[in-house]
Amino acid sequence: MKKNMAQVDVGGFLREISLDLCPDVSIGEYVLIHAGFAIQKVDGEEAMETLNLLKKMAEAI
Amino acid sequence: MKFVDEFRNKGIAERMIQKIQKTSTRPIQLMEVCGTHTVSIFRYGIRGILPNHIKLISGPGCPVCVTPNQDIDLAIALSRQKDVVIVTFGDMMRVPGSTSSLQKERAEGRDIRIIYSSLEALKIAKEHPGKKAVFLAIGFETTSPTIAVALLRAKEEKLHNLFFLNSQKRVPPALAALLQLKQVKIDGFILPGHVSTIIGTNPYQFIAKEFGKPAVITGFEPLDILQGIWMLIKQIEEDRASIEIQYRRVVRENGNPIAINKIYEVFEKGESEWRGLGRIPDSGYRFKESYKEMDVRNFDIEVEPSKEHSECLCGEVLQGIKSPLECRLFKVACHPENPVGPCMVSIEGTCHTYFKYQ
Repeated sequence: MKKNMAQVDVGGFLREISLDLCPDVSIGEYVLIHAGFAIQKVDGEEAMETLNLLKKMAEAI
Repeated sequence: MKFVDEFRNKGIAERMIQKIQKTSTRPIQLMEVCGTHTVSIFRYGIRGILPNHIKLISGPGCPVCVTPNQDIDLAIALSRQKDVVIVTFGDMMRVPGSTSSLQKERAEGRDIRIIYSSLEALKIAKEHPGKKAVFLAIGFETTSPTIAVALLRAKEEKLHNLFFLNSQKRVPPALAALLQLKQVKIDGFILPGHVSTIIGTNPYQFIAKEFGKPAVITGFEPLDILQGIWMLIKQIEEDRASIEIQYRRVVRENGNPIAINKIYEVFEKGESEWRGLGRIPDSGYRFKESYKEMDVRNFDIEVEPSKEHSECLCGEVLQGIKSPLECRLFKVACHPENPVGPCMVSIEGTCHTYFKYQ
């Protein structure tokens, strides 16, 4: 791959994006993309925690 | 798609709405700052399912919309130069300037290229060594680091024919300006998720500390937005004001420090002109000394005197003072195929969203 570039799967389509703003990623991780750049890693644990909190709130009414 | 579909669960959404109805007692007005939030709120019908006493108003969070006419006119004037190639994100094409638009200029034969990533601007500059490539650097803090990377690369590669029309904006100073407006009462902010991915929570602290208002950095799926609204209501009902993060899967307290550093390698904070809001201190970026040679504003070029359409309310709509429905042009003389103002052009523009979903 070219310097600082990566292939990402966006809903089934492969796209080449820059890792200049988010260099610390590994193959298989999820990233947030803006204008051809990865701008942040998606934190799967935080996502689960938010969902669990939402589920708990929904049950607690 | 992973991390998206889970946040569209209808059952949980219904319970969240009940929770909001149960928690909320005070009549309040919340502003969603970001145009992408406005789109989500309309697409999922969120305004209609909230209790009547909770009002959502749309803010200035559409980069194309807040770009003042004189900058669009400058881009148009530049496109008319024989030795210039304009390089731009697609959403600028149809924005009307005082008398023309980039789309009209392209139809007249001007060399205007649409790109998706700032790095493509470098490629275009390299392919046209005899021309000046001018990149229209428009966007909020989400886009600024990508523009900064292009500047850094251009310098590194000693590319002398790439220039930037810098009209970038910083969101927090605009929120301070909005909070000082007499015409609009804001009880809390739904803060933009992706701007905040870059800048984190710090730049917003004044909202709570100086103005005593709560704000929640919120994601874009329906459950995100409902949870964000609920977090705001909870703060208001408990008489608290702090900057909270709902969108934890991509927003960290300190944002993205690598991206922030890139911005400040090439730019420093500076005054900027916003459509509707006028000139706001520190609400934009200016080139640092060693990057000034890339500033297109150094070009000696004549630009037509800028003028606004006398009836277009885009400026007031951006401040939350007026709704598109109060505009005489809305759906009459102004629609997405023939927009009078930028708020009807951009898919993040409030007028465009009202047109599509109202």
